[in-house]
Amino acid sequence: MEFFTDMWMALPEGLRAVLAASTKIMMVVGPLMLAVAYVTLAERKIIGRIQVRIGPNRVGFFGHSLWGLGQPIADAVKLLFKEIVLPSGANRVLFLIAPMLSLGPALAAWAVLPLNAEFVIADINAGLLYILAMTSIGVYGVIVAGWASNSKYAFLGAMRSAAQIVSYEIAMGFALVVVLMAAGSLNIRDIVLAQEGGVLGWFWAPLLPMFLVYFISGVAETNRAPFDVAEGESEIVAGFHVDYSGMAFAVFFLAEYANMILIAALAAILFLGGWLSPFEGTALASLPLLGNGIHWLLLKIALFVFLYLWFRATFPRYRYDQIMRLGWKVFIPVTLVWLVVVGVAVMYPPLWDWLTGFGLLAVALTLLLVVFRGAVKPSGVIMP
Amino acid sequence: MNGFRHFFKSFMLWELLVGMRLTGRYLFKRKVTVQYPEEKTPMSPRFRGLHALRRYPNGEERCIACKLCEAVCPALAITIDSEVREDGSRRTTRYDIDLVKCIFCGFCEESCPVDSIVETRIHEYHGEKRGDLYMTKEKLLAVGDKWEAQIAADRAEDARYR
Repeated sequence: MEFFTDMWMALPEGLRAVLAASTKIMMVVGPLMLAVAYVTLAERKIIGRIQVRIGPNRVGFFGHSLWGLGQPIADAVKLLFKEIVLPSGANRVLFLIAPMLSLGPALAAWAVLPLNAEFVIADINAGLLYILAMTSIGVYGVIVAGWASNSKYAFLGAMRSAAQIVSYEIAMGFALVVVLMAAGSLNIRDIVLAQEGGVLGWFWAPLLPMFLVYFISGVAETNRAPFDVAEGESEIVAGFHVDYSGMAFAVFFLAEYANMILIAALAAILFLGGWLSPFEGTALASLPLLGNGIHWLLLKIALFVFLYLWFRATFPRYRYDQIMRLGWKVFIPVTLVWLVVVGVAVMYPPLWDWLTGFGLLAVALTLLLVVFRGAVKPSGVIMP
Repeated sequence: MNGFRHFFKSFMLWELLVGMRLTGRYLFKRKVTVQYPEEKTPMSPRFRGLHALRRYPNGEERCIACKLCEAVCPALAITIDSEVREDGSRRTTRYDIDLVKCIFCGFCEESCPVDSIVETRIHEYHGEKRGDLYMTKEKLLAVGDKWEAQIAADRAEDARYR
């Protein structure tokens, strides 16, 4: 053991920093890519179950089907061996850079996300700004892909996606501004620490409208159902990545899922208290696994990813003008109003408690009503 | 009050949550998937699958080369040549069904006066090279010989509806 520490100390200072940072990055990106692969399986499984099917369950390892756990690996291998077709007249360099441009930022944003009280790759003070910058770069991947394909269909698809992503970024940005006002910091670790105090300390209740706006904008940002007009498979083909095949296409796919996980992680960190335990401050928090820890963050991320899949299985696709209307005429005014309300609440703390109470009441009331009353059962529906 | 209700409902995404409640319930419903090679759905005795030529119990082939099936076949998939055998009976020398042309309508079976050509419930067959799906008289008789018990049972079960 001492031998290794000596060896480590013998390395030059700069190299040690690089090695430590690389190790941290591998510790985040490795499991993240694995999670991305398995979210694709989870999506097919969960949507299958909602459609009264069971989803893929054949591909496994060494002759055991294992509920289809080998499926993502098999898909990846298949895509790896497919040819990447370069369309004639396409800009080769941009064509190949575009997928990386969409995947890169989705992974890079993880650098500032704290996974628990200690672990964060780069604890920078402008963390939230960095996140905003990184998620914005993702749009370039879409635009460059559409342009480099040298096809009008890909280009139109790219324009549609880009317009949608840019529109929702505004509402999303405002929602994040409200969070940073409430936390009083741009550092993401500080934002989480500002949410201490159990479930009611988290920002979801006082910032309930922002929470909803943020997550819905996040769904629109990632071009997922019900905002997936760019690739609505029943209407048009694929959108900006029509001309992509093989691994280049797979990278776009990975980017979409990586972005989903990123948005889920951000929602968990900014509104559901990140790694903080919901039982914080009560006697339960001293029990094993019920205290603060990374498992709470993973659980919250899983919850939001599941919501993504649930949305996709439930909602019909929006019309394009409805998407734009929702973004510009509903979300942006709502966020602006709430910006002012939270501004007052930050200066006048009793209002903050009122907002928490209202948020809690609204959610509790809605969930109770949805679960126990709800709409009239539609007639003629076959319930197996 | 109504205005407030409407405001509350649209703000708390009421309709969307009700929709999610419905799909959420389906998540836990019994699944209808049939795990195909291991599980199979029940099959009708009238199933129209692979063709077969039948024989009488004494081993004599039923077909008398009347060519009604050839005439009725809408896909022109059946080709028949016939001759008079030494014992004076009329028999086919060639009875071919091109399964690639066949549309599995079952008219051949319905037109047959001696219940010779039948469509069996065999449907899990394949051809590995060109010509494998061109059924000659020998192949059709072989299918009939192999599955006679099943074929007879299916006809018997369906007889009361004919």
